[in-house]
Amino acid sequence: MHSLSMKQFMVTGINDMTQLPQTTDKKLGLVIDLDTCVGCQACVISCKGWNTENYGAPLSDMDAYGANPSGTFLNRVHSFEVQPDTGGCAQTVHFPKSCLHCEDAPCVTVCPTGASYKRGEDGIVLVDEDACIGCGLCAWSCPYGARELDQAAGVMKKCTLCIDRIYNENLPEVDRVPSCVRTCPAGARHFGDFADPDSDVSKLVAERGGMDLMPEQGTKPVNKYLPPRPKDTLQEVDASAPILNPVAETPKGFLGWLDKALEAL
Amino acid sequence: MTHHQPAIETSPKVSDEVRKTTCYMCACRCGINVHMKDGKVAYIEGNRDHPVNKGVLCAKGSAGIMQVNAPSRLKNPMKRVGPRGSGEFEDITWEEALTIATDWLKPLRETAPEKLAFFTGRDQSQSFTGMWAQNYGTPNYAAHGGFCSVNMAAAGIYTMGGAFWEFGQPDWDRAKLLMFFGVAEDHDSNPIKMGIGRLKGNGGKIYGVNPIRSGYNAVADEWVGITPGTDGLFILALVHELLKAGKVDLNYLAQFTNTPVLVNDDPKSDAYGMFLRNKAGKMLVIDRKTGKPAAFDKKGVKPDLGASHKVGKTPYRTVFQLMAERYLSDEYAPDAVAERCGITAGRIRAIAADIARVAFDEAFELDIPWTDFRGDKHEKMQGRPVAFHSMRGISAHSNGFQTARALHMLQIILGSVEAPGGFRFKPPYPKPVEGHPKPHFEVTPGKPLNGPHLGYPQGPEDLGLKPDGTAVRIDKAFTWENPMSAHGLMHMVISNAHAGDPYKIDTLFMFMANMSWNSSMNTSGVMDMLTDKNADGEYVIPRIIYSDAYSSEMVAYADLILPDATYLERHDCISLLDRPICEADAMADSIRWPVVEPDRDVRGFQSVLVDLAVRLGLPGFVDEKGSAIYQDYADYIVNHQRRPGVGPLAGFRGKDGKSVGRGEPNPDQMQAYIDNGGFFETHVPKEASYFKPWNAAYQKWAVEVGLFDHEQPYLFSVYSEPMRKFQAAAEGIGEHQPPEHLRDQLKRSMDPLPIWYAPNVEAAEDGGEFTVNALTQRPMAMYHSWGTQNAWLRQIHGHNPLYVPTKLWEQHGFSEGDWAQVSSPHGKITVPVSHMAALNGNTVWTWNAIGKRKGAWALDEGAPEATKGFLLNHLIHELLPPKKDGMRWNNSDPVTGQAAWFDLKVKIEKVTAPAESQPAFPPIKSPVGKGPKNLAWKVGK
Repeated sequence: MHSLSMKQFMVTGINDMTQLPQTTDKKLGLVIDLDTCVGCQACVISCKGWNTENYGAPLSDMDAYGANPSGTFLNRVHSFEVQPDTGGCAQTVHFPKSCLHCEDAPCVTVCPTGASYKRGEDGIVLVDEDACIGCGLCAWSCPYGARELDQAAGVMKKCTLCIDRIYNENLPEVDRVPSCVRTCPAGARHFGDFADPDSDVSKLVAERGGMDLMPEQGTKPVNKYLPPRPKDTLQEVDASAPILNPVAETPKGFLGWLDKALEAL
Repeated sequence: MTHHQPAIETSPKVSDEVRKTTCYMCACRCGINVHMKDGKVAYIEGNRDHPVNKGVLCAKGSAGIMQVNAPSRLKNPMKRVGPRGSGEFEDITWEEALTIATDWLKPLRETAPEKLAFFTGRDQSQSFTGMWAQNYGTPNYAAHGGFCSVNMAAAGIYTMGGAFWEFGQPDWDRAKLLMFFGVAEDHDSNPIKMGIGRLKGNGGKIYGVNPIRSGYNAVADEWVGITPGTDGLFILALVHELLKAGKVDLNYLAQFTNTPVLVNDDPKSDAYGMFLRNKAGKMLVIDRKTGKPAAFDKKGVKPDLGASHKVGKTPYRTVFQLMAERYLSDEYAPDAVAERCGITAGRIRAIAADIARVAFDEAFELDIPWTDFRGDKHEKMQGRPVAFHSMRGISAHSNGFQTARALHMLQIILGSVEAPGGFRFKPPYPKPVEGHPKPHFEVTPGKPLNGPHLGYPQGPEDLGLKPDGTAVRIDKAFTWENPMSAHGLMHMVISNAHAGDPYKIDTLFMFMANMSWNSSMNTSGVMDMLTDKNADGEYVIPRIIYSDAYSSEMVAYADLILPDATYLERHDCISLLDRPICEADAMADSIRWPVVEPDRDVRGFQSVLVDLAVRLGLPGFVDEKGSAIYQDYADYIVNHQRRPGVGPLAGFRGKDGKSVGRGEPNPDQMQAYIDNGGFFETHVPKEASYFKPWNAAYQKWAVEVGLFDHEQPYLFSVYSEPMRKFQAAAEGIGEHQPPEHLRDQLKRSMDPLPIWYAPNVEAAEDGGEFTVNALTQRPMAMYHSWGTQNAWLRQIHGHNPLYVPTKLWEQHGFSEGDWAQVSSPHGKITVPVSHMAALNGNTVWTWNAIGKRKGAWALDEGAPEATKGFLLNHLIHELLPPKKDGMRWNNSDPVTGQAAWFDLKVKIEKVTAPAESQPAFPPIKSPVGKGPKNLAWKVGK
């Protein structure tokens, strides 16, 4: 559970906290495969492009060509180095992160105006920009740092799961997926309904041991991550490995082997 | 507050119109859907139908909207008014600009056309720009391949008639083991990323051989953090283990390679090392059925890999015997190479065993009958599910050509090239070296050059030397210094022109080549050379014309600027005559067309060249009356015929627009491409899908669709006879003889069988203080300098630290935020450092081309790219340190002239943080001003 700050108490004290729906019909979200994500940032920029032009205010860029460029992104890729417990080579993990559309989304319950809400039909967490006062409480309450306050518009921006794509009848059906999923070159991003155990995303999670991000936070994130497969497992081989047994010990012997092998072809 | 949710529009209108064209945010050339609103670009996504990217798009591609609107776009033609390098220009009209260019170029053409050096950096229209230069008559033309990856291209062509790069691909759906060598975000980037996902999805395993574990190497199942420059040694150790264990595809070697061909084995003979041939010139093998010599291509022949033979008293042995003798030697045993490669012997053996297991124990057959070029029928296609892919990491070393050859040999002994599950060529490859032109050098004032500039020499007689032995070309391509320099040496042009070696030039004309910054070794030196004056006050390089779409660092160093249009504002063709975009199963090409009109006074560079050609009266561009044949580049694309019926675009040819590959020009061809999504694609017939160099069905199809004019099956050249000819010359054989000082270099580097030798710098610095390898890699979200002007991309890579491995980090007592002085025999830089554990223990590296000159690219002078970013280029010289023999020794591969920028060795020292990275240069005056402060970009309502 979160403890309340004075600021939060002061704001929430004079407003009812926003409620989450009791249940949602679907649980739409993403599975991100950390085994194949190469960290190319395609999802980051495709998201920026779509969501600048579409839902709500554009994602602005402050000091765009200057000394401290700083823009709003709904999805960012972080890179980490991991040193395996077993020793061996360090590994690089690319970790894309956007709103996880939590079932128990603290960003919603903390919202003083009702601007942050979770949709009953599909579980998508959205911000109603007309109602958002830019107080930043939701960003503070999100343990994942998945919300960014747009400096130009003064409203909170977050992943919409491309709600203006996934139901959009002006798009071909195949394109009714979030732009990050459509663009991902490595196919590391998958979209679907986690409430349906037979959906592709549910099956992927079951097969590959999909994980929650920071489950101890109790937010019940809908998005899941598939862990990287074990790496650097090849065992050293000594010179007597059967598969590499020499066919002959001398150059002449090698030619003898060759002659027999060619005869057998 | 109880749960409430507002009604929202979930089906908003996406765009007014989708215009399909080809991306140019890098050289991958993906298909893009450009969504338009109110005539403006609103959103860019990948084209699902496109053969290259099949709908996906990388960060660069999606950020195209910030490129087409970048404040760095040049606005109009300009004439330099301040000193070179100042950035002071005066706007002029196109008429004035073209008149100046014509006044400079016309007299040169009539008197000394070689005094024009025309080099087109990251050009994708080389068949056009090359034709322009050929008709102008200068021998001095090339693009940037010599600076980029010519080792890879040339080694592939000479060995197997095609290369990695974008000319071939792993069989993504059937490979079970894929090994990358030195691959970062290089060519074919989206197909590689897509392929990685597919291969892993099929349960395949990926090996990443790279000193740096980023990107593709980060998702590799096994990382081999090799010591830079030793890949060839590692590969030959794998060859050693596989040969020793008999884990080689003898059937494949006997049928499809020159390994059974007989080689003269008499060291006293002038033909030592040359193939035995019959009167028709055909290579001879011993047929196991008869024990007698037979032409390699005789129907039913069973070539004997182990044969020996005598003609008179002259002994002959097979190439395979020479291979066994060399590679079974203990010199290549894992224990002998382990320390130099930085990989334990046990791990090398384990990798060899894994390759052998997958290639032979997991082999499979496809039920596709096919007939080979001998007329012999095969019921099945033999699969070998081991694939390799490689790029600059092995290419940009001075042993890169031989290393790439070694890698091809490894693929070939496994029988995995053009086999299901292995490596596959993309049309127009495979194409044997004999199917390519040779380079041409005959200069006649007022006339065209006698043929294409670039090509593949097959012996010393094909070199570009004057009777006095000096180079015909300003870059000294195709000389004894680097005989097989198939892409020219763009990195030597300015240095040689400044030195007047081999001669002085008058006009340097460049396109998309940022020579005064990230596209040169020795960046500061190049700036000095471009601004250096003679005693008479004239510039040493008298005239410089430059074309670019953006305010790059090079703009300030030119006298005349011809502003290009951006990729969404122009016509282009991605032609089979150039660098193809085909897939292994399909022949494809594509166009760009102006999806938006320029809002500035700029013109597509190729259309400007058409205009200039007419003003200069160049053959091929004007008819007998001197009238223009083509109005502009779009007109050329549709109506030019390189050979009868074969033009820049293969699709929708003929009067009815239905001919494929061959057919008369179709006036509606451009519209047909637009209507088809900006590309054309036709599939390779199923029975022709593998074993293409030898597959009769493929050869027949390739002629039908105009890839070549006659069938040209060939054997893979594990042994390179053209190389042996150069090596023999160095041994004193033949009429064409190299200068004395190059004999040893040629004897070593032109070995006809793949070898490994230590890189140049390592040899020069042996025992010296510069012991740490220093590399660069291209980030996935940036393409050379271009990404920096892009408001979105520069937030991802705004500056570049020097990444330092744990051992060196601790040894120097670094902490995050520290700076280091990095020095080489050539220079010093002072830069920020950052720790990286997943890195070869004796290697430092940084991202390529993030550092920027103040004032360039319409950025604020305080931009982190300029204050914290940096280039390693300052540490790399185009020449090796002087050897006290008075010679200028290139820092290049001695076979191809490829710039050896990955040979760099440095020393690092912790220093107090300076105010900004060093060296710092004074700002250039921006000819386009600066960008707006903030962006909130939305074109629709």
